[in-house]
Amino acid sequence: MHGDAPSPRRTASRNRRRVLLKVLRYLLLTFLAVVIVFPLYITVVNSLLSPQQIASRPPTFFPIHPQWGSYSTAWDAGHMSEYMLNSVIVTAIITVGQVATAILAAYAFAFLEFPLKRALFVLFLATLMVPFEVTIITNLTTITNLGWYNSYQGLAVPFLATGFGAFLLRQAFLQVPPDLKDAASIDGYGHWRFMTRVAVPLARPTVAALSVFAFLGAWNQYLWPLLVTKDDRYRTVQIGLKQLSSTSLDQVNVTFAGVVIAALPLVVLLLIFQKQLVRGLTAGAVKG
Amino acid sequence: MIFTRNAKARRRLRESGLAYLLLGPSLLIFAVFIFYPFLSNFYLGFFKTPPFPGLPNRFVGLSQYQEVLTSSTFLNSVRTTVAFAFLTVPLGIALGLGLAVVAHQQLRGIAIYRTIFSSTVATSVAVASVIFGTLFNPVVGLLPWLGINPQPPILDNPDWALIAVALITVWQTLGLTFILMASGLQAIPDELHEAARIDGAAAWSRFVRVTMPLLSPTIFFAVVIGGIFAFQTFGQIDLLTQGGPLDKTNVLTYYVFTTLRTENNDGKAAVLAVALFSITLVLTVVQMKVLERRVHYAR
Amino acid sequence: MAGVTFDRVTKCFGDVVAVDDLSLDVFDEEFLVLLGPSGCGKSTALRMIAGLEEPSEGTIEIGESIVNDVEAKDRDVAMVFQSYALYPHMSVRKNIEFPLRTRKVASDEREKLVHDAAESLGLETLLDRKPAQLSGGQRQRVALARAIVRRPKVFLMDEPLSNLDAKLRVQTRAELIELQRELATTVIYVTHDQVEGMTMGHRIAIMADGKLQQVGPPQAVYDHPANLFVAGFIGNPPMNTVSGPIVRTASDPAGSFGIGVEGTVIPLPAGHCAAIERSGAKTVVLGVRPEHLRPATEGGLVATVAVIESLGHERHVDCRLADGQMVISRLSSSEPAPLVGERVNLTVDPLELHIFDGVTEEAIETT
Repeated sequence: MHGDAPSPRRTASRNRRRVLLKVLRYLLLTFLAVVIVFPLYITVVNSLLSPQQIASRPPTFFPIHPQWGSYSTAWDAGHMSEYMLNSVIVTAIITVGQVATAILAAYAFAFLEFPLKRALFVLFLATLMVPFEVTIITNLTTITNLGWYNSYQGLAVPFLATGFGAFLLRQAFLQVPPDLKDAASIDGYGHWRFMTRVAVPLARPTVAALSVFAFLGAWNQYLWPLLVTKDDRYRTVQIGLKQLSSTSLDQVNVTFAGVVIAALPLVVLLLIFQKQLVRGLTAGAVKG
Repeated sequence: MIFTRNAKARRRLRESGLAYLLLGPSLLIFAVFIFYPFLSNFYLGFFKTPPFPGLPNRFVGLSQYQEVLTSSTFLNSVRTTVAFAFLTVPLGIALGLGLAVVAHQQLRGIAIYRTIFSSTVATSVAVASVIFGTLFNPVVGLLPWLGINPQPPILDNPDWALIAVALITVWQTLGLTFILMASGLQAIPDELHEAARIDGAAAWSRFVRVTMPLLSPTIFFAVVIGGIFAFQTFGQIDLLTQGGPLDKTNVLTYYVFTTLRTENNDGKAAVLAVALFSITLVLTVVQMKVLERRVHYAR
Repeated sequence: MAGVTFDRVTKCFGDVVAVDDLSLDVFDEEFLVLLGPSGCGKSTALRMIAGLEEPSEGTIEIGESIVNDVEAKDRDVAMVFQSYALYPHMSVRKNIEFPLRTRKVASDEREKLVHDAAESLGLETLLDRKPAQLSGGQRQRVALARAIVRRPKVFLMDEPLSNLDAKLRVQTRAELIELQRELATTVIYVTHDQVEGMTMGHRIAIMADGKLQQVGPPQAVYDHPANLFVAGFIGNPPMNTVSGPIVRTASDPAGSFGIGVEGTVIPLPAGHCAAIERSGAKTVVLGVRPEHLRPATEGGLVATVAVIESLGHERHVDCRLADGQMVISRLSSSEPAPLVGERVNLTVDPLELHIFDGVTEEAIETT
């Protein structure tokens, strides 16, 4: 072959191979997607079936006559409404608190000079080395002594600050050009106004990522809410799921409905804040 | 210029004051809920908690450390946790990496696949555990229907329980691992792939010689994080196996929890917490030392 | 409106002395250019006026009052930064308005001031854009607008043109001169570009290594550089300098002598000789501006033409002396030029010679 002009037959076969390759790729991707998403899919399906249908064999993979009653049962009788409300309240407090304390601390580390700055920064980083599980024994005593056992304070206060958040935001603040700080101080902007009008708006992507990260962490907490709550008044969704799943098997559709309710906020969050979520999670990975 | 010096000192004092004010809230939380409980663990470990509440704690020195740390339950618990880490970390990273590579191509609709691959970040440990707990159930679950029906049932089966919990954990963390690996892949400049391609490297050797070395920092982080996560495993165990059967899934964090909650034994739990911290610390340091040497830091 | 005075100001960063015993008066409504190579301390001096750095020693006055202990925001100065320091998340309007918001200006008054500032810089149509959507020149104007909107007593500008391309720089230079005249405000302008210094300043103050070298109107500094550094820094191409021993021409009892360069002796007029005698200098450096070095058919220094650079309106003839020293002669393009490789005799009117002490590098005054 002196290949200036490849023969039409050869081009055709190459094209056919390219199409085939593409089809194979899609098949592989689709297969993987189905495997990964199947447990979630079957959960939604089961939540719409009767317990008898769920137990029948072969299993039903598509709810032809969806029965939505399981959701209202889970919501009311299963106390999901209370659990959700508790989770929303506690998660909101923790997220706002973590972001706020992180902004304040990070601002000090990025823009101020003060004695013991390095030592305090090391102390902040040291908090990352102590897993929360290690501190539960005394924390439980402390919370009880404060009279916060089985309360929103007890659930939220230990998590109102993180070294990680301060660290991440400090990095973002250090990216703010020093000239902006100088210009602002000539223009009469003190630290507080510079923080709220310039530094934080410029660090918005990081603030968003940190918020999503904090939200995710708070929403998914399990061990601590299990330890400091004793009744449905303050139980969060994750603990509520435990209650719900321990009910009898002829209510299994309600369990599935509860799972869907519990997962829904995060699914919505993922779809809306996909970019920030990815940023938050990958930034979180550097935490180690 | 005495007035100048004073003004300067005053300005500096004001700046320091502001700094401490800003750090105050964080420092207060850290002091009360991290450093104090962390340090008090060491102290609590010296005291034996009485069998009945109301009696005074008894100082026993290091003997409680010795007793607890040499007990077969503790050693079994450490073994179980390590086994769990080995079951979850390598498999999770391999799958996450595989998905990331498959999804790292220019195809129409690839964004949808990426969203699906990362979808399990929307699940919590509790959500994943309840879903699989039900799917593994011998009566209403799908596993028996698929012909996988060991006796006793999988989550009560001493040979299978830990593996089952590990697989559930791998699934639940797959979204996170995928996101990590995918953003690691994206950070590798396309020119490097193109250069390797012009140099005539085949797809597989491009992956092994170019992608993997450049991705090694990401993989390194995933391994460290995965290891730390494994040592904090709790929810899956509490929801699915309660440490059973025959203590086969009694991981360290769960052991701490039951000692604290069921036994009400603060002293013993404190010793276990100290052990948990030490192991995590050693593990992290060792991983840093061993792995960092093999990691290529690009850029 | 106000003048600015540095009185024996020193600024140290750790062991590094950035500004060394600087005393300088900037007059009210003056355009003063602080000129020097990078790292010479000119920006530090400017930042001390702004209140962004505190002097280690000495005092700074703005309009008769000492401001060492006055906060930046209370000094009533405005600054234009090299990076422009625009807030990327705010529109042009918000950026210009920014300095007014802390100053309790009523909102309709604010709007008018922003509008006036924008109008005088031709920014009216860009008010709702973000800085990222502007060209470099437009951003520079926004930075200027933000400075003028407040009508400050003193304008400080830190290399405001260095991020612009060459053509825009020339144009903006003229606009800045005009703007200063209109506002009738004191401007202190920092740059490393001697062309900006020459063209814009009523006076230029040249700094090197933290020390003030010379202050004066541009032409005076050009004609009478106080030392070798200034001589080399001002003027493009820079002043030619040749050094050599002092050679007495014994035949002349008046003590007149010349400077020996490569076998020839450049004779000096009597006045120069007397000045050198008075100064007690052992060696001297001769300086001559390229435009005063003329190729001739005989006499003067013998050199070989190495390179000829033609700039259209003029030519730079680079010549190599026999001992390897390079000198440049500037000729107008209408004059006949020698050829590359040709030997030329370079002559100079002795009255155009600058003489510097070879050791202290200070100029020796010959008047």
